[in-house]
Amino acid sequence: MSLRMANIPDPSLSLPPVGHQSAVEVANVGKVYGVRPVLRGISFSVPTGVSLALLGPNGAGKTTLLRALATLTTFTTGTASILGLDLRADAAQIRHIIGYVGHQPHLYDELTASENLLFFARMYGLPDGPRRTTELLERVGLRLKTSDRVRTLSRGQVQRLALARGILHDPAVLLLDEPDTGLDEDAAALLQTIINERQQRGQTTLFTTHQLDRALSLSTQSVVLVNGRLVYAGPAADLTPAEVRALYATSKRRTP
Amino acid sequence: MTFRLFWNQMLAILWKDLRCELRTRQVWISMAMFALLVLIVFNFAFDLRVDNKAAVAPGALWIAFVFASTLGLGRTITAEQEKGLMDRLLLCPVDRKAIYFAKLLGNLVFIGVVEVIAVPIFAVLYDLPVFTGGIIPIVVLGTIGIAALGTIFSAIAANTQAREVLLPLLLFPLLVPVVIAAVKATQALVNPVSGDAPWIGLIAAFDVIFLSISAVTFQYVIEE
Amino acid sequence: MQIASSRPAQPGTATPTPLPPWLMPVRRYGEYVLGAAAALSILATIWAAFVYAPTDALQGNVQRIEYFHVPMAWVAYLAFFVVFVASILYLWRKNARWDVLARASAEVGTVFTTLVLITGSLWGRTVWGTWWQWDARMTTTLILWFIYVGYLLLRSYTGLSEGGARAAAVLGIIGFIDVPINYLSVTWWRTLHPSYQVPLGSEAQAPASVVLALMLGLLAFTLLYAFLTVQVYRLNKIQRAAQVLRVRAEME
Repeated sequence: MSLRMANIPDPSLSLPPVGHQSAVEVANVGKVYGVRPVLRGISFSVPTGVSLALLGPNGAGKTTLLRALATLTTFTTGTASILGLDLRADAAQIRHIIGYVGHQPHLYDELTASENLLFFARMYGLPDGPRRTTELLERVGLRLKTSDRVRTLSRGQVQRLALARGILHDPAVLLLDEPDTGLDEDAAALLQTIINERQQRGQTTLFTTHQLDRALSLSTQSVVLVNGRLVYAGPAADLTPAEVRALYATSKRRTP
Repeated sequence: MTFRLFWNQMLAILWKDLRCELRTRQVWISMAMFALLVLIVFNFAFDLRVDNKAAVAPGALWIAFVFASTLGLGRTITAEQEKGLMDRLLLCPVDRKAIYFAKLLGNLVFIGVVEVIAVPIFAVLYDLPVFTGGIIPIVVLGTIGIAALGTIFSAIAANTQAREVLLPLLLFPLLVPVVIAAVKATQALVNPVSGDAPWIGLIAAFDVIFLSISAVTFQYVIEE
Repeated sequence: MQIASSRPAQPGTATPTPLPPWLMPVRRYGEYVLGAAAALSILATIWAAFVYAPTDALQGNVQRIEYFHVPMAWVAYLAFFVVFVASILYLWRKNARWDVLARASAEVGTVFTTLVLITGSLWGRTVWGTWWQWDARMTTTLILWFIYVGYLLLRSYTGLSEGGARAAAVLGIIGFIDVPINYLSVTWWRTLHPSYQVPLGSEAQAPASVVLALMLGLLAFTLLYAFLTVQVYRLNKIQRAAQVLRVRAEME
C-alpha cells in the first residue's frame, strides 16, 4: 500500500520512501479562512499514476484542499508539493502541469466552444492549440457545437466542454471537483474513460464526488475527510459505500 | 521567450474581453450614452453662456469622462470575478502583470471609444475649439491615469458586496490630481495662459508612478 | 479496512491548536508608561498653549488653536505613513500583525484628520472670515480624509478576510503616494487664483515661547498617537482572538 494513514505516531512512516516519485504530497497542512479552520493537520501522499477519490460530507474541506493544490489559495500551515515542486515556491511551474475542473464550468458565455478552448490553449502557450481543440471537441462529443456560443449549450454540454478544457494541456496531475454534477450517462462514461486512460499512461487524477459507488469503482485509492480532518487514507477497494457513510456519520455526532 | 509568452497571454486576454464586449455591446452603449447625458445635464446645471463657458466646460468634459469610466471600469473585471472566471484565469501559468495590462488595455479601449464619440459632440454642443491636435495628449494621458488606478480599484471593489458604491468612493479622491491637471490643460487649449503649470508633465508622472505600483500590487488584489 | 481512528484515541492530535502566539493576551508595563507620558505632556501642552504662550498680536487668542492643530496635522500624516510602511511589510512578510497595525494606525489617523479639519475650519472662520478656503493644505487634507475614510469603509466591507487585508494594504500604499501628487496639483491649481493665501502662523519671527509650545504639542500628540495606536492594535488583536476562540468552540 502506497498511501499512508494520517496521524501515524512515527513521522517517518508518513513520508514516501526515498527515490519514490509522489505526484501529490501534503504534510500536516491546515487552512484557516479568516478565523475559521477548514483543514486541520492533513498529511497524505499520492504516487504517480494513481486515481484518487477525495470523499467527505459537505463542508469537510474537499474543495478547499483541491483549490489549494491548484494554487488558487494557500495552506495556512504545513507544506505540500506536486511532482516534487513546492506548492508555495514553485506555484508558477506547477500551474503548467496541473489541470483543474471545478463544480462550476467557468467558461466564457459569449465565446464559442472552440474559441474558449483556443483561448486557454494560448494561455498555456500551446503551439498546437487548434489541432488539440478539434481533437478534444470530437472526443467530448461537441464537434457539431464547435461554433456555438457557450451560452446556448446545455448544462451537460458545458460540463463536457469544461472537462475538455481541463485536459487541454494534458496535465500530469488532474484535479476534478465534482466533475459528474450535471453529466448524463454518456458523459459519465466519458469521464470514466478519461480517468482510466490517464491512469494507464501513468498520470495522476484526484477527484471529489458525492456518488460513492462511482467514486470507489473509479479510483484506486481514496482519502476521506470529515470536518477538516483526515479520517481514512488507503486503497479504495478496502472501503464499501456503507463504511464511508459510517465515517461521515461520526462527524454529525460531533457538530450539532 | 518568456516575454513572448507574456505578450501572447496579454493579447489573448485582451482579445477575449473585446470579443465578449463586441458581442453584447452593453458596456459601450451605456458608457457613451451616460457621457453624453452628463455633458447635456451640465449645460443646464451651469446655464453656460459665452462668458463662463471656457472656464466651466472643460470641467464638464472631464467629469463626464470620469463618471462614464467608473461606470464601465467595473465591467471587464467585475464580470470576470462575479462568475468565478478570474479563478480560471489565475489557474493558467500567466504572470499576473499580464492580466493587469490586458485589463488596463481593455479599459483604455472602452473609455477611448467613448471619448472619440464624446469629444467632437462636446466641441459642437459647447462651441469650443477643443477639437484640435492639442487635446490628444491630454485625453490619452488623462485616460491612462484614470484606467491605471481604475483597473486595480475595480478589482478591489469587485471583491466586496458594495462594489458599485465603493469604486467611486475609493477612486475619486485618488484621481483628484489627474482631474485638476486635465481640466486645467484643457482650459489652456481654449484660453492659453502664459506661465501655466506643467499639467501634462504632472499627468505623465502620475501615470508612470501608478502604472508601475498597480502592476506590481495587482496580484495581491486578485489572488486569494 | 484501515481507518485512521478519530480524535479520542490520539489525545496529541486532539488538542486544538493554541492561539497564534502573537494573539496571546499580554499586558506590557511600557503601555502604562506611554499612557502616563501622553497624558502628562497633553496637560503640559494645554498649559503652554493657554497660559505660557503669549497672545498673538495679529490674530488674538484664536491663534492658540495652532498649538493643537499643527501637532494633530503632523500626527495624521505620521499615522498614514505608518499605514504605508505597515502595508508594504504586510504584503511582503504576509504577517497579520502588520495588517492589524495598519488598520489601527488608519483608524487613529482618520480621527486626527477629522480634528485637523475641524480646528482648521474654526480658525479660518475667525481669521479668514469663512469656514472653508480651497487653500492647498486644507484641500489636500480634505482629500486625505476621503482616502482614509474610504480605506476604513473598505475594511468594514471585507471583515477579517485575508483578501480584504491585502486590498486594504494596496490602498494604504497607493493612497499615501497619492498625497504629495495631490498637494502639488492643488498648489499649482491655487497659484492661478492668488489673494486668499494667508500664511498659517508666522514661525519665522515667532518668539521662542511660541516655538517651544508648538514643540511641546508635537511631542505630546506624537505620544498620544503612539498610545492610542497601541490600544487600538491590542483591541483588534483581542477581537481577532475572540473570534478564533468562538469559531473553535463551535467546531469542537
